[in-house]
Amino acid sequence: MTNEEIFEKKIQDEVRIEPKDWMPEAYRKTLIRQISQHAHSEVVGMLPEANWITRAPTLRRKATLLAKVQDEAGHGLYLYSAMETLGMPRSQAIDDLLSGKAKYSSIFNYPTLSWADMGTIGWLVDGAAILNQVPLCRTSYGPYARAMVRVCKEESFHQRQGFEIMQSLCEGSADQKAMAQDAINRWWWPTLMMFGPRDAESGNTELSMKWRIKRFTNDELRQKFVDMMVPQAQFLGLTIPDEKLKWNADKNGYDFGDVDWDEFWKVVKGQGPCNKQRLEARNKAHDQGAWVREAAAAYAEKRAKREKIGASA
Amino acid sequence: MNALTDYTLHLADNQLILGQRLCEWCGHNFVLEQDIAMSNIALDLIGQARSYYQYASKLDGKKSEDDLAMLRGEREYKNLLLLEQPNGDFANTLARQFFYDVFHLFQLEDHLKSSDESLRAIAEKAVKEVRYHVTWSSEWMIRLGDGTTESHARLQHAVNKIWMWTGEMFEASAFEKDLIEKKIISNPKDFKLSWDQKIQEILTEATLKLPLEEPYQHGGKDGLHTEHLGYILAEMQSLQRTYPGLAW
Ligand SMILES: [Fe+2]
Ligand SMILES: [Fe+2]
Repeated sequence: MTNEEIFEKKIQDEVRIEPKDWMPEAYRKTLIRQISQHAHSEVVGMLPEANWITRAPTLRRKATLLAKVQDEAGHGLYLYSAMETLGMPRSQAIDDLLSGKAKYSSIFNYPTLSWADMGTIGWLVDGAAILNQVPLCRTSYGPYARAMVRVCKEESFHQRQGFEIMQSLCEGSADQKAMAQDAINRWWWPTLMMFGPRDAESGNTELSMKWRIKRFTNDELRQKFVDMMVPQAQFLGLTIPDEKLKWNADKNGYDFGDVDWDEFWKVVKGQGPCNKQRLEARNKAHDQGAWVREAAAAYAEKRAKREKIGASA
Repeated sequence: MNALTDYTLHLADNQLILGQRLCEWCGHNFVLEQDIAMSNIALDLIGQARSYYQYASKLDGKKSEDDLAMLRGEREYKNLLLLEQPNGDFANTLARQFFYDVFHLFQLEDHLKSSDESLRAIAEKAVKEVRYHVTWSSEWMIRLGDGTTESHARLQHAVNKIWMWTGEMFEASAFEKDLIEKKIISNPKDFKLSWDQKIQEILTEATLKLPLEEPYQHGGKDGLHTEHLGYILAEMQSLQRTYPGLAW
């Protein structure tokens, strides 16, 4: 069998592809792009929530929010490691993020304006992430699949926490309920955009499905998400800001309105409310830390030298 | 208020204010691994603060953990001045952390021998965490002090700048004197020498110089703070102050 045939057979037989296995260049490239984007999303995704850690209303909420944002940093690390097994160094991927060349999830280009946004992000955004990510636990590339198993466990914990924040607000005062409703009004549509463009416009879907990197199309996942979230919103007593939302017994799912695709593409291309702010924050952290990274490297080198001298003496 | 409540609040405020300062780094650190490490330290400190506030709440009998954290003002907060100093660059954050970590560990080791059961119980858990904090900050002091010319200069500058706030740790306040007399805690002066030695040992390895002047600033324990605390509290307490009496 040729390399190509062995690879195809593994994909068909659901045998994981491992770093040392032969793989088509396009498969490697697709994975590097997807995993690095995913890692960047975890890292940039820390910023909108970090914005509220110092203002969390109780000490318990402060600790859980901080732990959550810390988990996201961990997700970034697992994913960068998985990406490095494909031959892409982390430093290069980060340079691409900082220069604006690499993309990350557009959801993080929206601002967090109230405490209810912490609930809504956990509930809706982590909820959408779970739907995207659970199938990735069975994705064809081994290191990616294994990273996703760890990530998914923590994401479901995040979603429960977010829902719990929403529940406290919805059971609270009129101000708190209004805060919760305002948050879902602002986050609902951007969250639906997280599943990516419509299938007809998604260039990458077909190949990714063939290689079993992806297992569901963008539209399938979006439908699943709406069907999952409507009852939860009803339980909370919140209104989903979509006049076209209606149960459709024939398809056993909800019909819903169309995403504002013009806004979607504008935000993807850099015109969202926080694109510049997020990239500036990442760049600032990176630049201001340059002397620390240099010093750590210089010290490690000195030490290695001293140990060598010590060993030969 | 009695001395034990005041002292417990002082301990709670110490951990909360430093934890809050470290929270400001979250998402903005120079490398992911250190973002995680510093969030860990912040989580430990906030966890310890919660234990102390819960104990203070029991002693107080009226106010809850969050009332004590979120509804006391600047003149009621009793944290060390050192801990409310702004983060500055990483060198400044590190110097502040190092001076405190070493003190904090001696303090907790003293609490392990306290006749007060709650202080002892909190210390038993916290001492393991703070041992790790000391290791983390000592290693970074050495790494940056003995790193590049720039890191050495930045860290020496930070040490010189932060030094003036370190004296307060060893000066017993009225509530501490009361507890010392009742043999609930030792006089913090008793571990000043050990602190000096440990600081000197690490600074020497880091090729840094210990400042010569006597650090004399104090007041935090009595609620007399620097201008920075007001902003920390304004931010931290904003929701509880805007929407009083709600559950979150
Ligand atoms: Fe995540
Ligand atoms: Fe998450």
